[in-house]
Amino acid sequence: MKIAIGQGSCGIASGSKKIEEAFRRHVAENNLQAEVTITGCIGSCYLEPIVDIYQDGGQMVRYVHMTEDKVDKVVRQHLMGHEPVEEYRISKSGTDFLEKQTRIALKNCGLINPEDIRDYIKVGGYKALKKAIFEMDGKTICQEVEKSGLRGRGGGGFPTGKKWGLVAAQTDPIKYVVCNADEGDPGAFMDRSVMEGDPHKMLEGMIIAGIAIGAQIGYIYVRAEYPLAVKRLKKAISQAEEWGFLGKNILGSKFSFEIRINLGAGAFVCGEGSALTASIEGNRGMPRVKPPRTVEQGLFGKPTILNNVETFSHIPFIIANGAQIYRGIGIDKSPGTKAFALTGNVNKTGLVEVPMGTSLREVIFDIGGGIKNNKAFKAVQIGGPSGGCLTEKYLDLSLDFDSLSKVGAMVGSGGLVVMDEETCMVSIAKFFMDFTEQESCGKCVPCREGTHLMNEILDDIVNGRGTKEQIDMLMELADTITTTSLCGLGKTAALPVMSTIREFQDEYYAHVVEKRCPTGKCKGLKRIEIIVGKCKGCGLCLDACPVNAISGKRRQPHVIDKSSCTKCKLCIDSCKFDAIVEI
Amino acid sequence: MKDRGDNCACDCQNKDKFELSQLDEFLDEVKDMQGSLIHILQKAQDIYGYLPREVIAYISDKTGCTQAKIYGIATFYTQFRLKPMGKNLIMLCQGTACHVSGSKDIEEAICKDLKISDGETTVDGLFTLNNVACLGCCSLAPVMMIQNKDGEETYGNLTEAKALDIINGFKMKMEQGA
Repeated sequence: MKIAIGQGSCGIASGSKKIEEAFRRHVAENNLQAEVTITGCIGSCYLEPIVDIYQDGGQMVRYVHMTEDKVDKVVRQHLMGHEPVEEYRISKSGTDFLEKQTRIALKNCGLINPEDIRDYIKVGGYKALKKAIFEMDGKTICQEVEKSGLRGRGGGGFPTGKKWGLVAAQTDPIKYVVCNADEGDPGAFMDRSVMEGDPHKMLEGMIIAGIAIGAQIGYIYVRAEYPLAVKRLKKAISQAEEWGFLGKNILGSKFSFEIRINLGAGAFVCGEGSALTASIEGNRGMPRVKPPRTVEQGLFGKPTILNNVETFSHIPFIIANGAQIYRGIGIDKSPGTKAFALTGNVNKTGLVEVPMGTSLREVIFDIGGGIKNNKAFKAVQIGGPSGGCLTEKYLDLSLDFDSLSKVGAMVGSGGLVVMDEETCMVSIAKFFMDFTEQESCGKCVPCREGTHLMNEILDDIVNGRGTKEQIDMLMELADTITTTSLCGLGKTAALPVMSTIREFQDEYYAHVVEKRCPTGKCKGLKRIEIIVGKCKGCGLCLDACPVNAISGKRRQPHVIDKSSCTKCKLCIDSCKFDAIVEI
Repeated sequence: MKDRGDNCACDCQNKDKFELSQLDEFLDEVKDMQGSLIHILQKAQDIYGYLPREVIAYISDKTGCTQAKIYGIATFYTQFRLKPMGKNLIMLCQGTACHVSGSKDIEEAICKDLKISDGETTVDGLFTLNNVACLGCCSLAPVMMIQNKDGEETYGNLTEAKALDIINGFKMKMEQGA
């Protein structure tokens, strides 16, 4: 019998370490013939902590929302009594979440032990590498990847095979493979999950890329905010070296390849290719003017393949099964699957990997179980701060690179933040603008100054100082930043603002004309008012107000001067007649 | 400028406080490595908790990089700190999912309780609060990670009360330990 405890970052944050300890204790105390092991994140983060029990017949029983108390009962009834505890098992709706998905990158996450290479080999791991080394050469690998139609999963959607072919064609003898694991997009965590749950898969993809272009060194640029991913990657690299999949003369062939890890020091702009390579080179991560492109002059001025974790994780499948089978998944112009991080006001949060071309409705409602607390769907932000928000009318839109860019959004890294009717879209736009302003590297003026100006205007709007003209100004600035910025960060920085103005113009107008936030979320637009009918004119509030914003004669209703009121609410506390309210 | 490291010009009383030789082994290790500067700064921050002036001067001396370049890097990346950090680093996630789930309210509550704002350290040196972009635990939003010498732990599904409870737990632990 095997007990596998989900220990991705999310599982651990939900307390799975304690559950593991409890199982180990019970197994030792009762002398049970059971192996306690760990696994990555299965993606049903809303059900964590998750424990899978593999019975000796191979059948698996999954328990969700585990606690230490529940462990007692599972041990007594299931491990010792061979009778699963029905009430703790995953429900039909829980299994639906996974069964409706098609998984390539996340296939092994949550099923194998990421810290044990044998688990990966058992499920067919490193077979593709063997095939690439012994049955293929650089050229045929590039061709196969190109035939598969795989497009970069990091945002842009550039054809991966084409990129590899361009690098392979360069004459420079030194080339590099770089994996972008700097998943900086707030709201996306599929790369973290792959690194924590199935690190060998992306390593295998990187090694195959190395063969394809004739590189000897690969770099993984991973965020320092992902300590667990870094730990598991390091372990995976040293195991792969032990087993001869990495290092000198891989599997006895002439091919040698090593992988190094660079810790990102916390800069979103380093997701941009030339900024990322600058950072690995030990400099400030600032993008440069292109051309030359990264494929010609990338890391240390050498031709470089730069792909993200998810893209590399698709490679072993393509090489092992062939491009034809891969093309059978997804749609013609965007084959394969894409992992989305489904979060926000949705019932089932977690990772959803579906074929390209699946509709938003299927992802949010069929798989994600709809909006939390029976509220109405308002919008979904796709692609993070570089993406746009999509409203109800786009729910049947196909999720693929081309359809999304047509409506002014993008796949981006695949963050899907679902927002319900109570979310203020202006403040969401402000949130993203805050983010891009802070993360702008400052090299080019349109992005550095433009994001700052836009943010100032948005600040005015959410605090009740906005005017109608400012909305036009926002659009004008957005246009300038989009067309004149140096890199992708600036070029897409205005997308959230543009798409929210387009879809929620009324909300913007309510903020600037009526000075009212329709959802009541913008604190700056709230007012303190005295209800005339209830006020007895006792004067308590007048004494309580620290800024003398209240005036009025005794026994007559008082008034608050809005321009000097600081909304400290001391008057509300002082009033004995509930005559002062915040609206 | 070169001698600043050994003989700090300000009256910070930090003279000879840092055992600069602790870095030597690592500096030697990466001597021939291309692009090692960020690695060195990360290592230095691991050792000293932040990047003191003396340490930056020392690295400049040893690597030949100008101090200007090192400061350029240290101030570009959010990971690096030029001021000492509290015993516990609270990394409060301000990612999209956390924002939608109310991370700002939690920030307000923590700031009020600890009487600091983002990036600051409490007077007793126990806590530093840093807003971070995204910790990647979006499904447990709002989330914070607390890092100290024992490692790091992530806490999810926070409410204002829960966040303060956790922080108070650390306070008690520290008091007992002291």
